[in-house]
Amino acid sequence: MIPRGFEYHAPRSLPDAIALLEQYGDEAKLLAGGHSLLPMMKMRFAEPAHLVDLGRVSGLKGIREVGDAIHLGAMTTENELIWSAIVQQKCPLLVEGARLIGDPQVRYKGTIGGDISHGDPANDHPALMLALGASFVLKGSGGERVVAADGFFLGTYSTALKPGEILTEIRIPVPAAGTGWCYAKLKRKTGDFATAAAAVLLRMKGETVQEVSIGLTNAGATALKARQAEDSLRGKTLNDAAIAEAARLAMSICEPAADQRGDVEYKTAMTGEMTHRALRMARSRATATA
Amino acid sequence: MAKKQTVSFKLNGKEVDVVVEPRELLIHTLRERLQHTGPHIGCETSHCGACTVDLDGMSVKSCTVLTVQCQDAEMLTIEGFEQGGALHALQEGFTQEHGLQCGYCTPGMITRAYRLLKENPSPSEEEIRYWMAGNLCRCTGYQNIVKAVQYAAKKMSATSS
Ligand SMILES: Cc1cc2nc3c(=O)[nH]c(=O)nc-3n(C[C@H](O)[C@H](O)[C@H](O)COP(=O)(O)OP(=O)(O)OC[C@H]3O[C@@H](n4cnc5c(N)ncnc54)[C@H](O)[C@@H]3O)c2cc1C
Ligand code: FES
Ligand code: FES
Repeated sequence: MIPRGFEYHAPRSLPDAIALLEQYGDEAKLLAGGHSLLPMMKMRFAEPAHLVDLGRVSGLKGIREVGDAIHLGAMTTENELIWSAIVQQKCPLLVEGARLIGDPQVRYKGTIGGDISHGDPANDHPALMLALGASFVLKGSGGERVVAADGFFLGTYSTALKPGEILTEIRIPVPAAGTGWCYAKLKRKTGDFATAAAAVLLRMKGETVQEVSIGLTNAGATALKARQAEDSLRGKTLNDAAIAEAARLAMSICEPAADQRGDVEYKTAMTGEMTHRALRMARSRATATA
Repeated sequence: MAKKQTVSFKLNGKEVDVVVEPRELLIHTLRERLQHTGPHIGCETSHCGACTVDLDGMSVKSCTVLTVQCQDAEMLTIEGFEQGGALHALQEGFTQEHGLQCGYCTPGMITRAYRLLKENPSPSEEEIRYWMAGNLCRCTGYQNIVKAVQYAAKKMSATSS
């Protein structure tokens, strides 16, 4: 299994990387951790003529707290996320999610930017980004724009990234103190993609839900934001009936692709179950404000 | 066909230069050009970990890395573990605890465990199982692999203090 031949470019700066994308147009592909792209190239599902490696571009790594947000360089790896004290303290949902991605070797190489840009609904970061209300910094020859995660994922392998644009930074608003969280992921074995998974952030006021967000993995052509389920919970007492209704509403938007992980009915049911579990776990981790 | 490129890196402490097509995978460079056949090809699809090598402080699957990505890298393979005729504590652990049967997964297991112990010198059994999960073994049932890693952790902490 050897990829088709290509030219390899290792720019040192972002402007150089953008210039290479301009020059080679749709013949070029960016290489980040390579753990989605190289397997696809080995199977000849992807055959770029030019590979532009982001590995030596300066300024694309690192985790910083900026005001009420965490800024993650796109080339930050999964293990770097997991080991970051800032992310552990301020955004445990992201750590819980990243720990469930692939296996240790995948997490040394795979980057958060690559996981998001790939546009695969089976990847875990897209639903986590929807739940966290993240935004993405995209840079191209025309300058920089910042887009919300909600609306970024357009279809399977299709995102709002325009040709020639590079995702440089992920910005995550730090969840308020006391926010409950959970990423519940069902997988057949270690290192597998999700059969179904749900990401939940939950803020409680007394017994009632003040704010909630729910992202679903591998339940459709893109990661899904379970809007109706969220709406059904706001202002409600978070009892078993409310959770069951939210899970039912989450299932109502599922259109998973049948594959070796299960048929449509099974995957839809499991998405409901993961929503259920994530809401219950988030409730147990939330500290209510009075 | 794309132009060949010269790539230089350090392999088990020695400088090496190879001339490769950009599409050449690291596992093929190691096995076919540099005669380092310790890293094995188990699956070729990034799943089994038999091809694991240590690259700039990371355990990576060398079937999923291009050799051209390795310019200036520092690499360790199973061939670099024995020093002056003495086995590394991990090699000794795998022997003493019967951590292998056919041995196909072993170079990858030991190379992965090496990095794990650098990061966490005394991992719990749960941590060993979680952080070694990228290496598959079809023979042992993993029990003795866990014991082998624990053996090495103990020996290494005894000799380093
Ligand atoms: C065995 C195995 C198991 C896995 N399990 C999981 C799992 O459980 N969950 C999961 O989420 N993922 C999983 N993955 C995928 C893995 O997490 C990938 O690393 C990730 O999807 C892609 O990130 P990357 O850095 O490797 O990107 P690459 O593979 O290098 O790139 C992926 C795509 O994104 C584009 N791209 C990369 N970076 C940028 C950027 N900054 N700007 C614009 N475009 C960019 C590339 O051009 C390419 O099209 C698994 C992979 C393997 C091999
Ligand atoms: S041969 Fe590389 S992971 Fe199996
Ligand atoms: S000893 Fe045979 S595969 Fe592990």
